Amino acid sequence: MEARRVPRAVSDPKVRQVGFFAPGAPPDRSQSGPPHPASSSPPVSDISPSGNSLSPVMIPPPRHLSADLARGPHFSPAAPLSPMRAARDSIPVGSYNPSEFVAPTASEFTDDALSPNWTARRSNSGKFASSLPAGGFDMSSLKQNNFPASSLTTVSIVNMPPGITEKDGGAGVEVQKERSKTGSKASSKPLKEQTTKAERRAIQEAQRAAKAATKGDGSKTPAASSGLGSSANANPGKAAKASPQKKDNSPVAASEKRGSDRPQDKDRKKDVPHPRMQFDDKSRVEKAKKRSVVKQTEAKNRVELFRHLPQYEHGTRLPELESKLFQLDPVHPAVYKVGLRYLAGDISGGNARCIAMLQAFQESIKDYSTPPEKALIRDLTSKINSYVSFLIECRPLSISMGNAIRFLKSKIAKLPLALSESEAKAILLSDIDRFINEKIILADKVIVRHAVTKIRDGDVLLTYGSSSAVELLLIHAHELGKNFRVVVVDSRPKLEGKLLLRRLVGKGISCTYTHINAVSYIMHEVTRVFLGASSVLSNGTVYSRVGTACVAMVAHQFRVPVLICCEAYKFHERVQLDSICSNELGDPDMIAKVPGRKEIDSLDDWANSDNLQLLNLIYDATPSDYVSMIITDYGMIPPTSVPVIVREYRREHLWT
Amino acid sequence: MPDVHALVNDFLIKLKRRKIEGSKATAKVTAEVLRSFISQQRLPNTNQAGALIDAVKAVGEQLIAANPVELAVGNVVRRVLHIIREEDLSLTAAAIGGLSLSAGSDDEDDVGHDEHPALSAAAVAAAARSTLRPPSLQTLLEDVPHTAAVPHTSSSGGDSEGKSKSADKNSSTKRLKHNVIEAVNELIQDIVTCHEQIAEQAVEHIHQNEVILTLGSSRTVVEFLCAAKEKKRSFRVFVAEGAPRYQGHTLAKELVTRGLQTTVITDSAVFAMISRVNMVIVGAHAVMANGGVIAPVGLNMVALAAQRHAVPFVVLAGIHKLCPLYPHNPEVLLNELRSPSELLDFGEFSDCLDFGSGSGSPILHVVNPAFDYVPPNLVSLFITDTGGHNPSYMYRLIADYYSANDLVLQRRSAS
Repeated sequence: MEARRVPRAVSDPKVRQVGFFAPGAPPDRSQSGPPHPASSSPPVSDISPSGNSLSPVMIPPPRHLSADLARGPHFSPAAPLSPMRAARDSIPVGSYNPSEFVAPTASEFTDDALSPNWTARRSNSGKFASSLPAGGFDMSSLKQNNFPASSLTTVSIVNMPPGITEKDGGAGVEVQKERSKTGSKASSKPLKEQTTKAERRAIQEAQRAAKAATKGDGSKTPAASSGLGSSANANPGKAAKASPQKKDNSPVAASEKRGSDRPQDKDRKKDVPHPRMQFDDKSRVEKAKKRSVVKQTEAKNRVELFRHLPQYEHGTRLPELESKLFQLDPVHPAVYKVGLRYLAGDISGGNARCIAMLQAFQESIKDYSTPPEKALIRDLTSKINSYVSFLIECRPLSISMGNAIRFLKSKIAKLPLALSESEAKAILLSDIDRFINEKIILADKVIVRHAVTKIRDGDVLLTYGSSSAVELLLIHAHELGKNFRVVVVDSRPKLEGKLLLRRLVGKGISCTYTHINAVSYIMHEVTRVFLGASSVLSNGTVYSRVGTACVAMVAHQFRVPVLICCEAYKFHERVQLDSICSNELGDPDMIAKVPGRKEIDSLDDWANSDNLQLLNLIYDATPSDYVSMIITDYGMIPPTSVPVIVREYRREHLWT
Repeated sequence: MPDVHALVNDFLIKLKRRKIEGSKATAKVTAEVLRSFISQQRLPNTNQAGALIDAVKAVGEQLIAANPVELAVGNVVRRVLHIIREEDLSLTAAAIGGLSLSAGSDDEDDVGHDEHPALSAAAVAAAARSTLRPPSLQTLLEDVPHTAAVPHTSSSGGDSEGKSKSADKNSSTKRLKHNVIEAVNELIQDIVTCHEQIAEQAVEHIHQNEVILTLGSSRTVVEFLCAAKEKKRSFRVFVAEGAPRYQGHTLAKELVTRGLQTTVITDSAVFAMISRVNMVIVGAHAVMANGGVIAPVGLNMVALAAQRHAVPFVVLAGIHKLCPLYPHNPEVLLNELRSPSELLDFGEFSDCLDFGSGSGSPILHVVNPAFDYVPPNLVSLFITDTGGHNPSYMYRLIADYYSANDLVLQRRSAS
């Protein structure tokens, strides 16, 4: 594997280089999803003394259909999963417990792999447009749609060696050839067959893909358009316009083009993140109240500055809601349970919350049956939507959860119509499992393997709060025999650091514990700061547990590198400059009471005085200039490269 | 005498056990202890000022050693020493003035004594210089009284004159003590009322609808904010709770009872909130000569955040907090580590502490410092009872209140 990677970095056109990653890390994560069995439990030699010499991060293009096919059966999802499961027993766990989520057994997966739709896709892949209604994934067409966009975006960002550019172009041409074939087929066929909606959409998608390809090609290499005559068949869209001998094809193409232009614009508009609900908008709040299940009571003494955020009294509704658990309800019991646990604060931490939500959705999908005269895609989506709005009532979604929901919804939307209900459910369940495994569990492992190269003997590592990724990292580094000390900085009111401290001390790592006010006292001796994140926004802002910004600022002041460990599924294209416009408010009572310090009671009756408000912010935004490096499952990147990851992988997140 | 010693010892024990905390309280008590000490001190006939200074220094060293972090003690001791020197100086100046007058009359009587006027003139000139240049005070005190006294007695011819002189000396002894005690009383008064004078300036700094952030509990800050409130300014205050002592809670409660719009935030939310804050107003534990501030823990973070968002960072400090020392490694040397029990329950982690490898080094450390050092470049303004000052002006302000000879009190104890 090691030996193979080096030449590929030069010769494989699909691999682009962004940032840096450690040599011990699997370079081709997205090709096989989980790391190769051989490398899944990293040997000590892997993180060798040369661990600090960096090689570039590979950003492979999204998985391509033909690549999928070429890989053969032993690359089916079942294969990489099994070593992962084996490795999980040995890998210590974070705040969420991976043993909780039941991993799909190997047999389930092979079933999946051999299920009709998969085989159908394999056999029909050559002429997928015509065979699509018969039960193939229309994912393939999406892939095609995806590919040119990404090849278009990266060129401007990444400095590629010239050899690679050429090859990439070559590959692009090849792909376009393929596409032109399928495209023409698609455009010639629709009239023959009775077109269903899905079919029409698939065709449109294909057309759009072709269009995007030509566009991408044009903008990428202006020279290509000048040399159009020679590469006419490689550039079908342009050729159709330019050369009169293909006129028979052009009206269709043109009409399709006009039709496909608009949806693309729509798509682009969709890219702009939806504005969030503003709670100072009274009419909308009223509307939302009518729909709500939880019926939270609004808090007294609301903080004026945060009127736009929901401010509810905490804990008051819990007993009543618990009693309703077994009533027939629009909300599935599993989802209901998770929602209540959010409300009670039992589950916290981005990964744990996301996993709990996805598993609840899995449960609900298992129990789901399509009502008569309804389509599964629509009904299930609306069901999921209602679940999501229930969860939002319990606690505002984290960005990672939002991303996971988007993934799930797009999966549902892309389900082929012809699938039977049980098949569709099986696909969705396995998709969710795959998301949990690949995007969260394996991502954490990859992050740990990257980040551990940054820990040297004698280091003093500072961490704030309790981040599952950082905890895994520290424990892994300790198991590798590295000699370091950890400073756990904690803050009120959650005091999550205590739990982390207990776990670390239990592992035998020597720790120093202090509170956030003392961070500038302790920072003198610190050599590295490792922080977790709830989300990384595309302007490089790290959205994380409140106080992270303070720690990063002080570390920056003391010239201590700040490394953020964050899985790429938490990246979001939203941008944010301050911590006020969007945030979450916790229970103000938590501030008034200081557990274990009975003598501090001056705020006990705070609700009675109108002039006094307590503000319990949950998150803050760390400006990107305090961040030295973000360690993701795609490698180690500077905060300025976040938009690259977001752009490159947004589609992959959604559609693979 | 014994009751004074008892008083001093009592105060020493209080300081050592940290029973008395807060710079204002300690400063006040220190001044009172020193006052009673001075009033009970028996002074020799010659060089009373020197004797008094030595005695006060000896006590002062003990007091400072009892709680070296409480810089206000040292400040007050130095202030008292400075007062003694000044009073003595003014007395000698007056005496020399009288002497030069009598010498002038002597000149008319007896022309032979022509070195006296020159001497007295030199003394007066030196005294005049000393008021401009404090560092030369010591040389004046060492030399002038003796030289002035010796020719004085030698020049006095008649018996009656000598008697009157001795009576004069007795009265001057009493006058020195009396003056010093008067001045110390004034000092105590200053310490007690400094927040009023600081609060008077509040309206000049707090504007309508401002948002002010503060951390820690400071009487001066409360008075300052309330003074602005009483002048019909309406503004809101964010109070960071100030873990692990949570003085912010009491501060918030007090502000609310005074009718101020108050919001309590966690310390970790300081960075998040500072972008909406117009001004940070905090109290200080001590102000160093370079303009740096020893402040309650957490303020360095607040100051950094304020600097990032270009929010003015204003420190309110009475003059008694002004310490004439330049800080060296203040985060460590001028700091105090408090009990870990404020952060962790011992019971909670006792089992974890047992994980220690048996080699004696515990696996878990808990760090709980009491103070932070805010470097002068992060401070926008000091507001003292004498008005607003830049951090860079602090060294000059110090020269007004302390004499250079007293700056290093501990050296003698070290040697």
